[in-house]
Amino acid sequence: MKEFRADLHIHTVLSPCGDLEMSPVNIIEQAKECKLDIIGIADHNSTKQCNVIHTLGKQHGITVLFGAEVTTKEEVHCLTFFENIEYANLFQQFLDDHLPFVKNNPELFGYQVVVDKDELIVEQEERLLITALNVSIEKIEQKVHELNGIFIPAHIDKKVNGLLGQLGVIPKGLKADAYEITGRTNPEQLYERYFNQDKPIFIQNSDAHIPELIGSKFNRLLLKEPSFTEIKLALANKDGRKVLG
Amino acid sequence: MKVSNIIKELNLSVYGGDNGLDNEVDGGYVSDLLSDVMGNAEESQIWITLQTHRNVMAIASLKDLAAVILVNDLKPDEDMLEQANEEGIPVLGTGMTTFDVGGKLYNLLKG
Repeated sequence: MKEFRADLHIHTVLSPCGDLEMSPVNIIEQAKECKLDIIGIADHNSTKQCNVIHTLGKQHGITVLFGAEVTTKEEVHCLTFFENIEYANLFQQFLDDHLPFVKNNPELFGYQVVVDKDELIVEQEERLLITALNVSIEKIEQKVHELNGIFIPAHIDKKVNGLLGQLGVIPKGLKADAYEITGRTNPEQLYERYFNQDKPIFIQNSDAHIPELIGSKFNRLLLKEPSFTEIKLALANKDGRKVLG
Repeated sequence: MKVSNIIKELNLSVYGGDNGLDNEVDGGYVSDLLSDVMGNAEESQIWITLQTHRNVMAIASLKDLAAVILVNDLKPDEDMLEQANEEGIPVLGTGMTTFDVGGKLYNLLKG
């Protein structure tokens, strides 16, 4: 077993709020600089920028998880990750089916572009990606798990778009693999107030929208190798795999 | 009715977006879910909410809303105010609850 560094919440140029500098090349370069072994790509309601970064990451020895930061009907942000492009594409189909069509106005919200490894624009996403899917948090969690994915409510202690800010409670029966916290709240307080003294896994990520913030927060994971399956085991605290903090 | 008349009638504070005080108002919309406002609010309505962040103004602008009223003495975040001034959409405030200010606005416009 070995320790790996993972920042699982990184936006790209595809997110309207993502800086245009958040290109595949820049993200991988910055991840290398910060000595990250694993990064999670999590654009708002889209997985379309993942594949290019995954391929580039492979060439540079960085494991890139296919993911998205989904906005549920309740406007709760949740991180979702998938094992490979096939599952990610199935989830993309689900996103396409459930994202209401609101046309993006780049002047108001920012540009939403998919770029290739040379930073050339290959697609401009017309639909506003920061609106909410018309699907509840429970249904989205179920869909992610049907696709063998990882489901992590994002920045739960954030007032806007965090699970606790939006809903005030952890919904009964929600099967989260972990919870992301901002680091601004004491975990002990959260356990006591919202988890009935259960101690689920908390992780912290950068939520980077600009290159300089990549790796500003990360998790140390004890794994056999930096793979999706191993990360899943660590989040479940199984077979000696662990989130070290 | 103009936004400025409503401010006077309901005794609202003005946080920013002063360029839009002459905007015409012909109704109101009450919601704290941005996606709901995006889908259902209509042009020239006043939006009553407790959300105080920047995206509120982006949506108000996208939907051509007349103004935004923050309830319960909530204050706009700095970037919300910046965008309000840029877009010329007034951000107003009151100590009233959503129920009370919504009721008064209804009486004023449709009563």
